[in-house]
Amino acid sequence: MGLTLMEGNEAIGWGAMAAGCNFFAGYPITPATTIYNTMLRLLPPKGGVCLQGEDEIASIGFCLGAAMSGMKAMTATSGPGISLYSEQISFAIGSEIPIVIVDVQRLGPSTGSATKGADGDIQFLQWGNSGGLPVIVLSPVDVRDCHVLTMHAFNLAEQYRCPVFLAANKEVSMTRETIDLEGLDLPQVVERRTAGADHPFMPFGVKNDEQVPDFLPIGGQRLVRQTSSTHGADGYITTDPGQIAAMQARLDGKLKKNVSAFTFYEECRVPGADTLVIAYGVTARAALAAVKKMQQGNSKASLLILKTLWPVPEELIREKAAPYRRVVMAEMNLGQYVRELQRLLPGKKIDFLGQMNGEMIKPGQIQEVIQHG
Amino acid sequence: MDSLLNTSRPPVFCPGCSHEQVLHSLDQALTGMGLCGEEVVIVSDIGCSGLFDTFFNTHAFHGLHGRALTYATGIKMARPDLKVIVTMGDGGLGIGGAHVLSTCRRNIDLTLLVLNNFNYGMTGGQCSATTPQDAVVGSGFLNRLEKPLDICQVAGAAGAGYVSRISTYDKGLVEGLKDAIAFDGFSLVDVWGICPGRYTRRNKLSPKSIEADLAKLPELGDYKTRNARAEYGRAYRQEAATLQPAAEPVRIEATCTPPAPGRWEVVVLGSAGQRIITAGELLCLAGASAGCHAAQKSDYPITVMRGHSVSEIILSDTGIEYTGIENPSVVIALAPEGVNRRKKMLAGLSPEAWVIKASGIELPSCPASVIQVDFKSGKIKPQDWALVALAVLAGMNRVLTMDMLKAAMKLRFRKTEYEAAIAMVEKAAALQLLQL
Repeated sequence: MGLTLMEGNEAIGWGAMAAGCNFFAGYPITPATTIYNTMLRLLPPKGGVCLQGEDEIASIGFCLGAAMSGMKAMTATSGPGISLYSEQISFAIGSEIPIVIVDVQRLGPSTGSATKGADGDIQFLQWGNSGGLPVIVLSPVDVRDCHVLTMHAFNLAEQYRCPVFLAANKEVSMTRETIDLEGLDLPQVVERRTAGADHPFMPFGVKNDEQVPDFLPIGGQRLVRQTSSTHGADGYITTDPGQIAAMQARLDGKLKKNVSAFTFYEECRVPGADTLVIAYGVTARAALAAVKKMQQGNSKASLLILKTLWPVPEELIREKAAPYRRVVMAEMNLGQYVRELQRLLPGKKIDFLGQMNGEMIKPGQIQEVIQHG
Repeated sequence: MDSLLNTSRPPVFCPGCSHEQVLHSLDQALTGMGLCGEEVVIVSDIGCSGLFDTFFNTHAFHGLHGRALTYATGIKMARPDLKVIVTMGDGGLGIGGAHVLSTCRRNIDLTLLVLNNFNYGMTGGQCSATTPQDAVVGSGFLNRLEKPLDICQVAGAAGAGYVSRISTYDKGLVEGLKDAIAFDGFSLVDVWGICPGRYTRRNKLSPKSIEADLAKLPELGDYKTRNARAEYGRAYRQEAATLQPAAEPVRIEATCTPPAPGRWEVVVLGSAGQRIITAGELLCLAGASAGCHAAQKSDYPITVMRGHSVSEIILSDTGIEYTGIENPSVVIALAPEGVNRRKKMLAGLSPEAWVIKASGIELPSCPASVIQVDFKSGKIKPQDWALVALAVLAGMNRVLTMDMLKAAMKLRFRKTEYEAAIAMVEKAAALQLLQL
């Protein structure tokens, strides 16, 4: 084995390539720019396309057009860009367009601090669309996750025909780290299921036992319709309440019902612990350091690292938290994902540690909360 | 082929709407060019022009307001063989202005039909980017305050190779559309027409007056000649074909032995131009060459040629969990800009820590051991101070060894750079800078 020195954003680029990404468009923004730089280096020489849009709206628009033409597309930005993506994200959700969207979070609100990390977009990624339908959000802890979860993100986008977010953080994306590329546990590459020629093509039609429509690319021998309007299975506008309700229920269910199939997590179980720390992203690393340091002491804690944040892996959280008296949630915001825990774990003591000052939460801060419970 | 229109979905425009005439003209243009539905994509915007895609038996993409050109660009880059037609109203033109300008500049092979009826028909006849100042529209007095946009002049100035304006009622419309669609690059046709549902309820507009108004406008420049150049997609593919695939990520074999086990935190404090980030990278590579895990974070202002430059490095023989600096083993202090950024950290250093500092740098009082290096008297240029400081550290056999540093330099630098770096390290050694 040999180690490779790589930035998180670079690993996202290589992960995308390994997943079969052949289209990228983005608009430069710190701390996401190096993803664009990487894709510009990797894609065009391999026959792929990497474009710089005139703004974020154009960048994701290019991706949606390309994705509907059969390409595997990715875009990357930070909070200000996600804000501009919002309307296009709603489109991708409602019209089932596979796309990977990387949000390298920086300290907000607004333009905030370009070079400071945060996890301030965690609720925004789920709810920053009109209509309130679910999305998939994966959160990398380190450079290895940047590579591996990006591959999963592409696979899930293909499989479920939906936008999949990678909720990165400046502290993961712009940190250079060693990674053992040969030791990675990489998933098989998944391609979207295409419609067979045996029956007429319905752009949004699903067979009885399926939740995701078969795909055909724009430009093929059979005509394809895509629309941002409320549509029936045929891709034409509908006002029929029955059809509309069925479509909304399917879009809601196709992700929520299947979340156990893509619940990524890690855990560190400490015998004798009565506290469970739950963390995600870069904060999970401080939490791991804290939990390990306290293994020999009087107050011990176990750790659950969530890598699938949305749809909320409710079953996993309930199951993992059950044996513990208390849960400690640490995140780089003033209390976002902890709301999900409060909702899922009524009656359990939940202590929260949040920070929004441009700095990472330190292991010592987490230790302190574990100790004083 | 007679028609690409969808017979099961006849047009539903208001009686007398110019859009319906354009619809038939577009159909005649496409069929007249011998195109079949599978070869054509209609990308439509929001508003009444956004209904276009539903009336055709072609590929169809209907998206958000003003963004039609963005999808069309993605589609055309993915499928250069398709004829991509974008329909947009004067509303889409206004809200999507940045995309119109950029598409003109790009010269990608799309055809944009601006179905210009001088108001927002669908929402109640409000003013758009092309509403005349003397028109009576649903926006009260507001349109009287804004000058209407002549999109053709703008598009030409922005680099569109094909720009034309024409009345819906012009007998040459079908030929005009064919011409635009056949153009190898971005073509924009500004098609003027009547919105009977909203606009002509309160404003006088007729085929004749449109013709007269068009005739009054200044001539368009010869953009075909002035803006002639290669189509974007083709030029893109030509450029891309000359590129070499990026090299695979380098895997660093562990060929050296680290001086001691454990976790080592090093902070390099300097200023722009001192190659602080490169020094941090060298340290990480040195670690990896001894099988250690490494992490590096950097901090510098957006004005990259001025101000502080700070690099924080962790080397560890076990996996690195927390990537923040908690207890630095070594601080390299080379410029006041960097030192000022980490005063608190310097004051809190442990007695076991070492500071390597350039002479003249003032530090807050701290219990760490301090080594002073007189780079200036050694005639070492500021951009080499960080490298020499690493050599000093290697000379002390702390964090890294000289073998590790050399292995890192070999990985990081090209041959001539490497030789210069080795010479620099040797020069520093000869000057006895590396001695304690």
